[in-house]
Amino acid sequence: MEFVYAFIVGGLICVVGQLLFEFTKLTPGHVMCIFVVIGSILDGFGIYDKLIEFAGAGATVPITSFGHSLLHGAMAEANQHGFVGIGMGIFSLTSSGISAAILFSFIVALLFKPKG
Amino acid sequence: MGLLGKQTWEFTNGVYVQSSGTAVGPRENLGLLKGTYDYAYEDLHCNEDNWELAERALLRNAISTTLKKADKNVEDIDVFLAGDLLNQNVTANFIARELQLPFLCMFGACSTSMETAALGAQLIDSGYAKLALAGTSSHNATAERQYRYPTEYGGQKPDSATFTVTGAGSILLSSKKSRIKVKCATIGTVQDLGLKNPFDMGSAMAPAAAYTIVQHFKDTNTTPDDYDLIVTGDLSAVGAPICEQLVKEEGYDMSGKYNDCGLLIYDRDNQEVFAGGSGCACSAVVTYSHLFQELKKGTYKKILVAATGALLSPTMIQQKESIPTISHAVVFESC
Amino acid sequence: MSGKLKSNYQEGIKQYQPKKHVLRNCIRAFLVGGFICFLGEAISEIYINYFGFTDKNAGDPTVATLVLISSLLTGLGLYDKIGQFAGAGSAVPVTGFANSMTSAAMEHRSEGLVLGVATNMFKLAGCVIVYGVVSAYIVGMIRYAFKVLF
Repeated sequence: MEFVYAFIVGGLICVVGQLLFEFTKLTPGHVMCIFVVIGSILDGFGIYDKLIEFAGAGATVPITSFGHSLLHGAMAEANQHGFVGIGMGIFSLTSSGISAAILFSFIVALLFKPKG
Repeated sequence: MGLLGKQTWEFTNGVYVQSSGTAVGPRENLGLLKGTYDYAYEDLHCNEDNWELAERALLRNAISTTLKKADKNVEDIDVFLAGDLLNQNVTANFIARELQLPFLCMFGACSTSMETAALGAQLIDSGYAKLALAGTSSHNATAERQYRYPTEYGGQKPDSATFTVTGAGSILLSSKKSRIKVKCATIGTVQDLGLKNPFDMGSAMAPAAAYTIVQHFKDTNTTPDDYDLIVTGDLSAVGAPICEQLVKEEGYDMSGKYNDCGLLIYDRDNQEVFAGGSGCACSAVVTYSHLFQELKKGTYKKILVAATGALLSPTMIQQKESIPTISHAVVFESC
Repeated sequence: MSGKLKSNYQEGIKQYQPKKHVLRNCIRAFLVGGFICFLGEAISEIYINYFGFTDKNAGDPTVATLVLISSLLTGLGLYDKIGQFAGAGSAVPVTGFANSMTSAAMEHRSEGLVLGVATNMFKLAGCVIVYGVVSAYIVGMIRYAFKVLF
């Protein structure tokens, strides 16, 4: 059942993005930024965790979860170290994703030529 | 010779096209004008290491064909006029470096083909050159990577977008009589009706084309009936009907005589090219191959080619500026 | 020049715009986006059941795996075709983020490994990281302040 919820929730988040593409002049960059900020705000209200419990990858795969992870890591450190902890923890949960993106982008750029 | 009306140059001393050459990429040779080009590369990299080198290969090839067809050497040319879409016109400049000819670098975005042809013809007509070589090029990947997104980016283009033609075209002009005469040229004025969408160039450029075409009719005291074909450079499916309507509202009905190189070049039903072709090479390869062949065959006797250019840059778009556009037109006659 | 279309150009040209296919595009986005998330769920399950990860931390290797797949598809010249079809369906998942980085890195290889590949890698993805961090800071400060004060 988790698979169905993942599919539906993930798909719906993408549809919101598509509607923004269709009806506004926002570029993909703008829309991704909006989504990341929304993810961060929803985690601020504790809502995003509930969405992850319900939809699993349907909530962790869209870019909104990046905003959620940034805030989550920040809050975890803040609980230990106060305000300073926000900066200490921001990248703790997103490290895996960003590092992977940097590493694989670099390797693929070395190995493959663009095809146009 | 001289100025006709407000902005048209009449070449009364006789300027003729000695030869022309075109080179295109793989997708163009799968389009509607397949087989009409002088050379078609099978690979988008044109056997080069990067996109910019590929674009230079196209222009080099087109020029080489042009000279060979006219049985001329590079040293015989008196002036070279060229331009392209890239920053600092690198394709034109770096090819000029190879040719070692007196060089006039020009930027008219996608109107460069007719801009260079017009000025080349004027230099011949006024006796400032005996042989003038004019050329232009564009490449889908170099344009994408400079103006829009990396070529492998998964962004979704809307149906109003146009597809930059990978190709190059050049012509050799002189006063020696030949089958194609360059009769006159109308130099355009920059038009800007406030459009800001870089994914809909057709709507932005249509006013410029309409302005130049109408001014041409007024300056030369002609109407669409005096021509067998009036083509714009790359307004494509969105801009072409707008241009036709704008010209009609000025009292000139082009129906039945009007077409657009961006629509002529690709098979929009079977190729994923959205609204049609664009780029400096669009008007160049269509005019210098297909249209010249039709002039020689007798299908057309007199044509007006209005190349259209959008003078934008990514920085200007990000600064929320609108898109200035221009169109230069040249009349070619068969004789 | 006078005339009806020219005097009201921006309004007048709307009728010449190609027909929009909103429903078709949304369905495509839903199906592809949903599928990518479904794939993510499957990959998570594999990590949980076979590699000893838990529900809490399976997200890390899952995202890394999806990033790898996306980078490869970008390198093979396939992701841009998926993107044209799926629109937001391939841009919104983290695979879109990876594609934006990989495509920029690949494109600028001709300018060298340092000033080309490395410098341009974040050309498209940089804004997402900036806004993510800035918003996380702001929300974090507000959240923590609430916690301390109440």
